[in-house]
Amino acid sequence: MSGAHKKQNSVFYVLIAVLVFMSVGPVLLMFVNSFKLDVDIIGGTTGLLFLPTIQNYETALCDILWYEPEHLDFCALKFGGSFINSLIIALISTGLTLVIGCMGAYALVRFRFMGRDTVSLTTLMVRMLPPAVLLVPVFGLWNNEFCLDKEGLIGGMIRESFGGRGDVCLAGTHSGIILIYVAMNLPFVIWILQSFIVQVPRSLEEAARVDGAGPFQVFFKVVLPLIKPGLAAAAIFTFRIAWNEYLLASALSDRDTKTVPILIVNNMSEFNVEWGVIMATGMLLAIPPIIFTLFASRQIITGMTAGAVKG
Amino acid sequence: MSIARVNRMTPYMFMAPAAVIMAIALIYPLGYMIWGSFRAWDPSQTIGEAEFVGLKNYVTLWNDPNFRESLGVTLKFAFFVVTFELIIGVGLALLLDRNIRGMSLLRTMFILPMMIAPVVVGLMWRYMYHPTVGTFNRTLESLGLPSVDWLGSHALMSVIIADIWQWTPFIFILSLAALQSLPRSALEAARIDGATAWQQIWYIKLPLMMPVLIVTGLLRLIDAFKVLEVILVMTEGGPGLSTEILALRISRTATEFRELGVAAAMSNYLLMLLLILTLGMFAFQRIQEARAARIRAAAEEDV
Repeated sequence: MSGAHKKQNSVFYVLIAVLVFMSVGPVLLMFVNSFKLDVDIIGGTTGLLFLPTIQNYETALCDILWYEPEHLDFCALKFGGSFINSLIIALISTGLTLVIGCMGAYALVRFRFMGRDTVSLTTLMVRMLPPAVLLVPVFGLWNNEFCLDKEGLIGGMIRESFGGRGDVCLAGTHSGIILIYVAMNLPFVIWILQSFIVQVPRSLEEAARVDGAGPFQVFFKVVLPLIKPGLAAAAIFTFRIAWNEYLLASALSDRDTKTVPILIVNNMSEFNVEWGVIMATGMLLAIPPIIFTLFASRQIITGMTAGAVKG
Repeated sequence: MSIARVNRMTPYMFMAPAAVIMAIALIYPLGYMIWGSFRAWDPSQTIGEAEFVGLKNYVTLWNDPNFRESLGVTLKFAFFVVTFELIIGVGLALLLDRNIRGMSLLRTMFILPMMIAPVVVGLMWRYMYHPTVGTFNRTLESLGLPSVDWLGSHALMSVIIADIWQWTPFIFILSLAALQSLPRSALEAARIDGATAWQQIWYIKLPLMMPVLIVTGLLRLIDAFKVLEVILVMTEGGPGLSTEILALRISRTATEFRELGVAAAMSNYLLMLLLILTLGMFAFQRIQEARAARIRAAAEEDV
């Protein structure tokens, strides 16, 4: 009896090992390859018998390194700058979404603003919206309508201080990309935060109000500290979308505001793919999500299951 | 007096930023797109200059064999992806539903593929599928087997496999959560009555998990229509149109063929399809809740 039990257990653990290998394997493969020279990747020195080199990372980041890598005559790829763009866009849009989303969620819960059904229906609707559907209108609006006339007061000031020609448009700026990411993520953030705010006892807030705190003070000093886990989940999901998104960013960015996914796609469509460099870049793009996964998997699962189970 | 007014205004002040941003950047663009889909619109024009053509874009698309093929590819992709992911994900959840140490670590490993950028996922799989240097063909070669033309003649299958790799864990984690919250009493009663493991799964566990499974499946189905980057990086829609899903075709119509009106009409078709699915899901959840409430009420009456 106990023998059979043991045997079943070992089969079970083999299955788990295979599954872990399958899900982590491709990521590890990319990690290992990013330290190989292209010769080694194509030549097929399998396994771990190669001299690891950080040359690929140097090539990828050459425009923000403080020294000049020896193997490069010319810095052709500007991944460094686009990393900074990606960081700016992802961080600012996460911050904005959280602040605005928090306030919205609080209003919905405490002041019974709209029904819960309205919120969850909106969330679902926006969740179903493919970025590809937003591509056409956002491209048109951000380039044509959401512009300041260059003859006008503010537009003229911007043109004078930053140079450039034509009207001042949202397209091609960081703020243009940030705006659409904030809008895309707001419903989800509001919806997940309201499920946390509901659990904050009302008496706490009333006590603070009796002590003379205004509505904003109650919100920032009492409610916010209590919903930290919800904030973490919302932050990770927003950051992940803003950091990983390709399509809308590619439609809205110009030469100076390209994010990392755009550069990866552009370099993949060339005839000769430089596997080493591109995998190093991919690895750099994957690092923040990997770190989140390792340290906040519980919050991620909360966010993921909330969408399906509670509705 | 003024304090009362501030208090009355508070909810609106809290709500205003979110409402303004969503109105500007979601609702207005969607209306703009619907309006633009009735026009012959190219990127150099503003929408006001574009000529109004009525339903022409929609009719052209409907009769366009390329659009139909693209629609077919999208439906095929969504169907196979969701079916396989449900079968594998639920199967694994049933197999691994026991108390083992390190389950949380295991879950962490499994959500990794979902968190990584789709662009990077496409990059990894394109490398592994590479005809000569890729991992799969090298392995086949070293085993003495003929190599497979992954991203050529089997492109759709390869793309589906990559998606299954990335998203099966989603269904696995959700159905494991559902399994572990099943009422123990029902399972115990079945065990005492001598139900075999298969009977327990088939007659007790699966029916009780069904609501969660349907919602999960619908969520995945909706997401399957949104996939774009992975396929773009792996095949760019090719060879031919064999992997050109609708999202990809929309972006190509807008940027390469420069026909914004047609792209807008295509977006509307996709949107209508997804709207039906979403409303179906919403209705399903409401019906479930109503049924649960009725059962609870009935149970209370019995007591």
